[in-house]
Amino acid sequence: MIDFINAIVVLLNFVIIPGLTYGSQLALGALGVTFVYAILRFANFAHGELMSFGAMITILFTWFFQSQNIGLGILPTALLALPFGILATIVLGLLSDKFVFKYYRTQKSVPVVLAMVSIGVMFVVNAIIRIIVGTQTIKFSDGQKFIMKAKQFKVMTGLNEGLALKFSQVITIFITIALLTFTFWFLQKTKTGKSMRAFSDNEDLALLSGINPDRVVFITWLIVGTLACVAGTLYGLDKSYKPIIYLNLVLPIFASAIVGGIGSPFGAVVGGYVIAFSEIMVTYAYKKFFKYIMPESLEPSSLVQLLSTDYKFAVSFTILVIVLLIRPSGIFRGKVL
Amino acid sequence: MRFDKYEWIAISIMVSLFILVGFIQGWSVSLVILNMCIISAIMTMGVNISWGYAGVINFGVMGFLAMGGLAAVLVSYPPVKEAWHVGGSGLGISFVLLIALVTTVYFITKLVEKKSHQYWLNGLVIFFGLIIIRYFFLNATDRIEEVDPALAGFLGGANLPIIFSWVVGGFFAGGVAFVIGKVALGLRSDYLAIVTLGISEIVVSVLKHEEWLSRGVKNVIGLKRPVPYEINLQVSDWFITMVTWFNSSKLNQIIDPDQKQQILNNLIIDSSSLFVKLNYAILFFTVMIVIYYFANKAQISPWGRMMRAIRDNEVSANAMGKDIVKQHLIIFVIGAAIVGVAGAMLVTLDGLFTPSGYRPLRFTFIIWIMVIVGGSGNNLGAIFGGFVIWFSWIEVAPITTFLINLFTSGLDQQNAIRLHLLDSVPYFRYLLMGMVLLLILRYRPKGIIPEKVRHS
Repeated sequence: MIDFINAIVVLLNFVIIPGLTYGSQLALGALGVTFVYAILRFANFAHGELMSFGAMITILFTWFFQSQNIGLGILPTALLALPFGILATIVLGLLSDKFVFKYYRTQKSVPVVLAMVSIGVMFVVNAIIRIIVGTQTIKFSDGQKFIMKAKQFKVMTGLNEGLALKFSQVITIFITIALLTFTFWFLQKTKTGKSMRAFSDNEDLALLSGINPDRVVFITWLIVGTLACVAGTLYGLDKSYKPIIYLNLVLPIFASAIVGGIGSPFGAVVGGYVIAFSEIMVTYAYKKFFKYIMPESLEPSSLVQLLSTDYKFAVSFTILVIVLLIRPSGIFRGKVL
Repeated sequence: MRFDKYEWIAISIMVSLFILVGFIQGWSVSLVILNMCIISAIMTMGVNISWGYAGVINFGVMGFLAMGGLAAVLVSYPPVKEAWHVGGSGLGISFVLLIALVTTVYFITKLVEKKSHQYWLNGLVIFFGLIIIRYFFLNATDRIEEVDPALAGFLGGANLPIIFSWVVGGFFAGGVAFVIGKVALGLRSDYLAIVTLGISEIVVSVLKHEEWLSRGVKNVIGLKRPVPYEINLQVSDWFITMVTWFNSSKLNQIIDPDQKQQILNNLIIDSSSLFVKLNYAILFFTVMIVIYYFANKAQISPWGRMMRAIRDNEVSANAMGKDIVKQHLIIFVIGAAIVGVAGAMLVTLDGLFTPSGYRPLRFTFIIWIMVIVGGSGNNLGAIFGGFVIWFSWIEVAPITTFLINLFTSGLDQQNAIRLHLLDSVPYFRYLLMGMVLLLILRYRPKGIIPEKVRHS
């Protein structure tokens, strides 16, 4: 029995908690991509840079607060700086819309052209970020790092295996839950949310019934900016901030959005967790886990790893391709918000 | 091929830019940029063929380039006999098993009627099949990677002249494109963009981590060259005679024989490196012209017209009895193959293969900017885009440094903002690329040299 609990703890520590954290970050990112896709109707390649930009502004404010000795005690100062980051990201989103995307929207350009335009925006934002903070890795999480260290857990429970819990992980999961609840409540219950859903479902009909498209677009960027900045900051807090990483993050985020069913917010969230867990589960070496649950004679000698961790990234795409082949519209039939 | 006024202007701009750089920064720099420009132009033509002719989006440029690079290694590197000895049989067995697996899956799909049964059976067969193959495969690759890891640790290649790899690279990239196209070409264009982008990442990560095949992140260096080495040139008589002849007027003015010899030696060293670069340029230029010629021929042929019809109106082309899926696949493969040729040429020019150097920003998105800026659907436009964008990619750094110095000249030499800006000079090129793309898409959406529609 104790072996079984040990095995569960191993899984919790190395698969489930990291999976939940990474999944939350992906889910927030994918939700942002989904909003742009459902309402502005294009695949926004600049979303990763939007996340990166938000994280960068948050870092700049974190540095400012740190220099003024303002902090949150055991919590990271970045939480205090987050609202400023969100504000800046929203402004960036609105500016990019006003100066770039709006023109193509009124021209009714095809989605591919808009995707191409978003690549241009990606380059510009990418350059701005690099010019401001450079390309080096920045660690900006302060406060207490662990809620519970592996050792403490071992002493507390008397088990062989430790369970470490980082503040950043718990913060990520809680903020994600709060943000997701708010977004879904907003979409389902408020009048503005309903008008957005109507707009995404059928633009012409929505316009006929008197929905103001500019307002819908404005609200969309509010939501997208918030989601992007929070996702970017949480990712940076959990790992560390590196401007180049966010470009690579765009692909798993797209994969999550498509796997869930692009255009469906609930699908995006589910897709995020599906991608995160499959990436981690396929590349995790289960040797320790099997050691606890198998009888001694059957203990595995190899690592029991399906794929080496080098292919973490490839996993999300393989899943994407398989889903597109078997069920092209995603797990939750996408299209409507 | 007749060029119109715009095209002549474009060509003369390209030529004069290189002459200008030659006079200001030296001919060596000019030739280095020219070589990369030509390779970029070939990549751009590859993308242009699938996007400009048929509207098939291909964001997998990076993956096809990497396949071309792999071809350069596999063709030119001498085989590592010991590695074949210890791992060859294991690899052979796993290869045979893989073919057996694929045929089984094929027959299951053919013979089993019910869809859900199909999925389950296939899933089971693939799962267990892969476990068995993995056993042989990992055994073999582990042994191969243990063979002299510092120098080899991979299978090596076929020890042929590297110039063959330009063709082989095309076939490699085309083969990969065929598989991708079979899987993904039915998708909507923006899905296709994401999927090809993702698959190209998978290709690169395979090359990065399958050390038995490509040496992975340990890189392959010292590939053979299709052109002579500088050191050999410097001692060969005909080359010395040629340099003396070219510089005879300059040399004749010097009377002191020691000094004369000294100057001649310097000249020989300089011109040997120039000569090598020039040789590359001639080779690359020939390839570019050949591809350009055939690409243009294809565009004005009935096949090209059909492609344009498919691009402009899929439904009506379909109603005319054109097989859209098949034609899309064909053009996707051709485009990818040309990109693969460019990939092999790139590795040939560098003389080394570094899988970790393939990044989407540099090798996918920049190429796309070249296509959009140059003019999709026009081959000369594609070449022009490749030249101009690569040229500015290189020359932005010195120009930005100059501008920053100019604008901050009122500030203190040690001013923090000035120093920070000077540190971030390399990043201004991304800014410029983004701005160029946005401006072109806004004000000249068909590109600088737009497609010529012939109504004949």
